Amino acid sequence: MPEQLFFAAEVIMNGLMAGVLYALVALGFVLIYKASGIFNYSQGVMALFAAATLVGIMDGQVPFSHLINAILGTNVHHFGWHVPAVLAILMTMAVMVLLAWAVNRFVFKYLVNQEAIILFMATIGLAYFLEGTSDLMWGGQLKTLDVGLPQGMNATLDEVTFGMFGYGFFIDNLDIVASIVALILVVTLTVYSQYSKQGRALRAVADDHQAALSVGISLNFIWILVWSIAGFVALVAGIMWGAKSGVQFSLSLMALKALPVLMLGGFTSIPGAIVGGLIIGVGEKLFEFTLGGMMGGATENWFAYVLALIFLVFRPQGLFGEKIIERV
Amino acid sequence: MFYREAGDFKTSYVDDNQTFPIKFDRYRYYVVLFIAFAIIPFLLNDYWVNAVFMPFLIYAIAAIGLNILVGYCGQVSLGTGGFMAVGAYSCYKFMTGVDIWWGGELLFRLPEFNIFFSVLMGGVMTALVGLLFGLPSLRIKGFYLAVATLAAQFFLVWLFNRVSWFYNYSASGQISAPERTLLGVAISGPSAPAWAMYLFCLVFLAVSAIIARNLTRGSFGRKWMAIRDMDIAAEIIGVDPLRAKLSAFGVSSFFVGISGALFFAVYLGAVEVGEVFGIQKSFLVLFMVIIGGLGSIFGSFAGAAFLVLLPVFLKNFLVGGLGWPTDLAAHLEFMIVGALIIIFLIAEPHGLAQLWRVTKEKLRLWPFPH
Repeated sequence: MPEQLFFAAEVIMNGLMAGVLYALVALGFVLIYKASGIFNYSQGVMALFAAATLVGIMDGQVPFSHLINAILGTNVHHFGWHVPAVLAILMTMAVMVLLAWAVNRFVFKYLVNQEAIILFMATIGLAYFLEGTSDLMWGGQLKTLDVGLPQGMNATLDEVTFGMFGYGFFIDNLDIVASIVALILVVTLTVYSQYSKQGRALRAVADDHQAALSVGISLNFIWILVWSIAGFVALVAGIMWGAKSGVQFSLSLMALKALPVLMLGGFTSIPGAIVGGLIIGVGEKLFEFTLGGMMGGATENWFAYVLALIFLVFRPQGLFGEKIIERV
Repeated sequence: MFYREAGDFKTSYVDDNQTFPIKFDRYRYYVVLFIAFAIIPFLLNDYWVNAVFMPFLIYAIAAIGLNILVGYCGQVSLGTGGFMAVGAYSCYKFMTGVDIWWGGELLFRLPEFNIFFSVLMGGVMTALVGLLFGLPSLRIKGFYLAVATLAAQFFLVWLFNRVSWFYNYSASGQISAPERTLLGVAISGPSAPAWAMYLFCLVFLAVSAIIARNLTRGSFGRKWMAIRDMDIAAEIIGVDPLRAKLSAFGVSSFFVGISGALFFAVYLGAVEVGEVFGIQKSFLVLFMVIIGGLGSIFGSFAGAAFLVLLPVFLKNFLVGGLGWPTDLAAHLEFMIVGALIIIFLIAEPHGLAQLWRVTKEKLRLWPFPH
């Protein structure tokens, strides 16, 4: 086979891996949207917040140390211990559950029955608030996140493909791990929502709030639960993205990419989020590979959005979304 | 006592239809105009113009534009930054003479436009681009549309970054406004006097506000509001959604483009597109509209004033007053703005404008509320 074809195949592989990461963020959106009808713009910032918290706990940073120093004139910054990764992840998860509770208690409790677009704007406000909190708690500098995930090129795959085709495929180890984690996450979430008691309740709420209430399901509990799960997904996405490119502000911008993924897949479908993520990942890498050079490069910045825009004109509910029926 | 209609008899249709039907309101409006045009220019210094007045005037125009689209027509847009960039770059091209190339040869070059007309052309070009990106709104609704407008944001910024024609092939990839004069006074460039820049922006703001106010009172505004409240019902009673939505996109983008042109040519002078007109700008203007009040021209002013003054105040208070480091103040600002958005959406979904309306109602009865 010609060199070009191998190269294209490699681009597609890498696109698939990138798509998995997009899908990971998109998954968080879908969960919250299905259960509460809230389009959670802050999902990306939640990933940033989770990753920053994880780094902060692992390094034993004192939260809000900057603020404390400024007010009290002290000079504290570290506790002086290092927390092992597994424990730190558990502690971060506890923080995310707390956040889920706080968000429901202080924000969305007061916004029940509001229009969807008002809720959407509230989550934009939430995103700003979380971003400021994250920087205030742990400092705004670029942080490196290392929880012991393998990184760098996968040597075995390179050798095997070189032996087979005479061309070594370059695939990052981290991407492989991310794909496996995403797969496990999707399977677990599907099984959980199909077979567990809470999962059934969750689907009932997604189906009809009033009916769910009348059979004795606590909406409040379900919402906290679903925000916690979304927080967990955000944590996973934050770890993956953070290990790849460091924990910084652009992490939350990368999460914006999850929006076209959602629009392609449809807001209400978990498989849709995965398929949409893969399409966007492969699409933008291939577009950059074939036409990007001609157009001046960096087409990844907008390709996903334009693709979603064109796609939506023909199919407004996305690939797997429920048909939108409007009545007066 | 104030804001009473009592005793104010209208004897002609013109009187009855005027923009401010209440006498007190009308006089207040004249007083504000008088102060803005005839008193403030004499009291200005560079700091006040650069830190407060210019951003306020320019953001107010952008907020009026976005309010027409989001507040009156109900089409949420996250592409404001991109549209402002279109205004800025069109203004730059018309200021320096548009060159048209064909097949590697210069076909012709337009003469350099006066700065006033350059800014206007910035608005016109942005309106055209806005119409183009408004087309999907006929099929896509709600936050699907909000996300779709992100396409405009990212694509436009990328376009201005990559296509060197837009920045006249300059090595830095930036655009910088050359000195241009109006009636013999420099408006753009480093030597432009503060009062001239202030008045130039003020004229645009005042005219924009008058146009917007009257558009929203008239048949256009009613169509937009009908579409906002329920588009299918509006269609059934005879509002053409194509014309209503596209006109909202066009008018809105026109104002946003003018503000972008002013932001570049008069306020900043030199612009790097990704930094100045990024997604953050879209959110900032959207926040102004939400905090100020969706569907209110006064709200656009109030929101712009609030979000321009808040950072200045916080910076002076925290950094100047308490001696905190600047990055801390910046983080706190993010938190405060975010929290304010949420608080406003919970407590007063109609924003500062609603507070003003309530105050007016109270003032009517004051001091005898019963």
